[in-house]
Amino acid sequence: MVTIENLHKKFGKNQVLSGIDLNISEGGIFAVLGPNGSGKTTLIKSVLGMVIPDKGNITVLGENIKKNSEYRHKIDYLPQIANFPSNLRVKELIKMIKDLRKPTNEDERLIELFRLEPFLDKKLGNLSGGTKQKVNLVLTFMFDSPLIILDEPTTGLDPISLIRLKDLIKAEKAKGKTVLITSHIMSFVEEISDEIVFILEGKIYFKGTIQKLKTKTNQPDFEHAIASILTDNHA
Amino acid sequence: MRSRWSYVYFAFYLLLGVVLLFLNNDLSKAVITLMNVIIVLVPLIGTIFGVMYYYNSQEFTELLLAQPIKRSSIFLGQYLGVALSLSMSLILGLGIPFVFYGLFESSAIWDFSLLLITGTFLTLIFTALAFNIALSNENKIKGFGYAILLWLFLAVIYDGLFLMTLILFEDYPLDKVSLIGTMLNPIDLSRTLILLKLDISALLGYTGAVFKQFFGTSFGLIVSFVMLTIWVVMPVLRIVFKSKKKDF
Amino acid sequence: MKSITVFFIAIFIANISIAQTIEVCNTCPVSTLKEAITQSKDFDTIIVKKGTYKEHSIFIDKSLTIIGKNYPVIDGEKKGEIITIKADNVTVDGLFIINVGTSYTEDYAAIRVRNSKNFVIQNLVLENLFFGIYIEKSRDGKVYHNKIIGDAVEEYNSGNGIQLWYSKNVEIEHNYVEHVRDGIYLEFSDDCLIKNNISTLNVRYGLHFMFSNDDIYQDNTFENNGAGVAVMFSKRIKMYNNLFKENWGTASYGMLLKEINDAEIIGNIFEDNTIGINIEGSNRITYKHNNFSNNGWAIKVKGACYANTFTENNFLYNSFDIAYNSNVNDNVFDKNYWSNYTGYDLDKNGIGDIPYRPVKLFSYIVNRTPETIILLRSMFIDIIDFSEKVSPVFTPDDLLDNNPQIKKLTW
Repeated sequence: MVTIENLHKKFGKNQVLSGIDLNISEGGIFAVLGPNGSGKTTLIKSVLGMVIPDKGNITVLGENIKKNSEYRHKIDYLPQIANFPSNLRVKELIKMIKDLRKPTNEDERLIELFRLEPFLDKKLGNLSGGTKQKVNLVLTFMFDSPLIILDEPTTGLDPISLIRLKDLIKAEKAKGKTVLITSHIMSFVEEISDEIVFILEGKIYFKGTIQKLKTKTNQPDFEHAIASILTDNHA
Repeated sequence: MRSRWSYVYFAFYLLLGVVLLFLNNDLSKAVITLMNVIIVLVPLIGTIFGVMYYYNSQEFTELLLAQPIKRSSIFLGQYLGVALSLSMSLILGLGIPFVFYGLFESSAIWDFSLLLITGTFLTLIFTALAFNIALSNENKIKGFGYAILLWLFLAVIYDGLFLMTLILFEDYPLDKVSLIGTMLNPIDLSRTLILLKLDISALLGYTGAVFKQFFGTSFGLIVSFVMLTIWVVMPVLRIVFKSKKKDF
Repeated sequence: MKSITVFFIAIFIANISIAQTIEVCNTCPVSTLKEAITQSKDFDTIIVKKGTYKEHSIFIDKSLTIIGKNYPVIDGEKKGEIITIKADNVTVDGLFIINVGTSYTEDYAAIRVRNSKNFVIQNLVLENLFFGIYIEKSRDGKVYHNKIIGDAVEEYNSGNGIQLWYSKNVEIEHNYVEHVRDGIYLEFSDDCLIKNNISTLNVRYGLHFMFSNDDIYQDNTFENNGAGVAVMFSKRIKMYNNLFKENWGTASYGMLLKEINDAEIIGNIFEDNTIGINIEGSNRITYKHNNFSNNGWAIKVKGACYANTFTENNFLYNSFDIAYNSNVNDNVFDKNYWSNYTGYDLDKNGIGDIPYRPVKLFSYIVNRTPETIILLRSMFIDIIDFSEKVSPVFTPDDLLDNNPQIKKLTW
């Protein structure tokens, strides 16, 4: 599905990614974890082509992404901070994105799911963070793409919406899609992901199931396992 | 965002046109005053507006970047969106009052058209330069600072240095130097274009052969337009180039 | 009573028999103009019919009236001067004179009047000429409604359209002159009237005065000449209602005044000239009711000029209104309209409340370094002009129009 080879990226003097090799197979939910500033977002943005790597290759569904924009038809992306043009209305934004990509009716179901009907005619600038995140989710899930990338999807969501989100992700997985998630909420990750990728100082420290991680770190639960990686490496 | 500001800009030019005509009662004089305004203000507005637009729509840009659209089309689209709406505001805002005032029956129509063409070029150039500055500077304050500085430099300081150079080296043949100096600054270039219309009598008073060829024939007009076009194309190419390499 | 009538008729008939008419045509008994003149007596009329007459060095030494019917062509075949008048009361009318000889030692003319009085030269068309109409030491004549079309390219090998030399009281009216050296040239000629002429596309000047006094020129058009009008070393010239237009080029001007005193320049229009009026060493001149529009420099003052007054003129959209090459001023500017004036009129009396300063610092800079002209209308230049306006250093600080008009003047 996604193959990353020897990926390097430097911002100024700051080496963010130093030689990442990653192969994400088709189907399943993958969580990308790591401490703040470890390069999670950079990695995701590299896959999306928003960050241009210094070195290395990325292929998505067999297509090299360099100087290519067409492959993004096959990706749904949820950005971390949902900041939309503030004088656009929700409806207009949804319509605009549809015009950019392709027509779909899925949005209606999603709007209903997240109870967004009352906000459709509101300007995006007037929405709360949570509502914006819901709009963000609608925009992401309304296209039926084989690869879904979610950057901190839980931000600002109320518990009910969170449950709906989880259901949504699981449903997508059931359709045989590949989902790539970053999150800081360990319980969420633990509940939802099949496999985790742990990034530390620009390198992949661990890739495998949660079970494997627990065995490796010798910790009974997921949160402690993560914590132990961090303390071990800082000690 | 885009539309609201271009209305303000449009209203500003409308007001300017009306006030100028009201105060002057005379098309030719209004055209001359307008020239001064266009040469100074259009670049300023183009620069500030370009930078502002870029920074304000940064998140939106990111949203678009994740979509299956070519980077160059995103940025060129934004650039053209700003530059063209500014140009339209300029043309309509100034055009409407002048047309009502009886521009079509006036001999000033060519001067006026030239003015609008030059204004449009300046808008295209300075918006492109502004985008370049914004693309290269993540920091908004810095970006704005550079943009204002750029405007100040090209509108005022450049001419000051230029004048000093000419006076310092007055013993040497300077006509080529002065023409080249003009070509290198889009504001000067537009000014020269307008001079060709308004002050041709004075320009022809100068002896230099190169000057004479430049101002006395359509050569000057053609070269100026070519240079203006280059001034548009270069920064736009840099937008494309830079945007391809930039990380978001 | 009857006898008196008979007497008068007798005199009338006698007169006719004395003043006879000679016809010239290609097939007539008299087939050349020269022959006709030889056969004629004083006060005869010679009618030249349509045709081509290859003649030159024609001397008119009797008081004759020569009239061309349907423009007969007198072709001098470039062999020298064509017609020379050496008698009083000669009229030449309606000839088409071509191919005057060119010489570097003699000023061949299409038609020359020498030491004569009461001549009339009218309705002539002159082409391919060296000098056109040359009036020499003559007086009380008229040069009326002639068309002179030269082919001059360089100053040194071309002549003037209408030239007056040591002549007095000549009226030059309704002539059209183009492509010669000077359209009309007056040297040592006084009391002449030059009116309603068009002088255009000439290599040097449209009209040129040297050492000529008390002349009037009015209602003429001078367009696209090397320079419009040059008035030099002359006194009491009156210049009224002329149009000076598109005299473009280096050191080109609508009018040049050099060592001129006590002239009047009233009601003229100076339009699209590189320099409207170039003034050198000229004193006590009145400039009134003139329109200066779209000139590079409306007025350029060089050298010492004293006691000139500029009142009630319109200065419209000139690149520079006034240029001085010194910072001394003894001339008066008053009640003019300046389109570049930016002051206000709070008391609504039609006069600006702050004086106008027509000389800009930039004109001083351009004078020094001509290439800087390219910075005209730059914002930087506006700034330095403004600071000079506030505290004059390089420009005459007493050069002010204290009563600048708010509205364009009409009269």
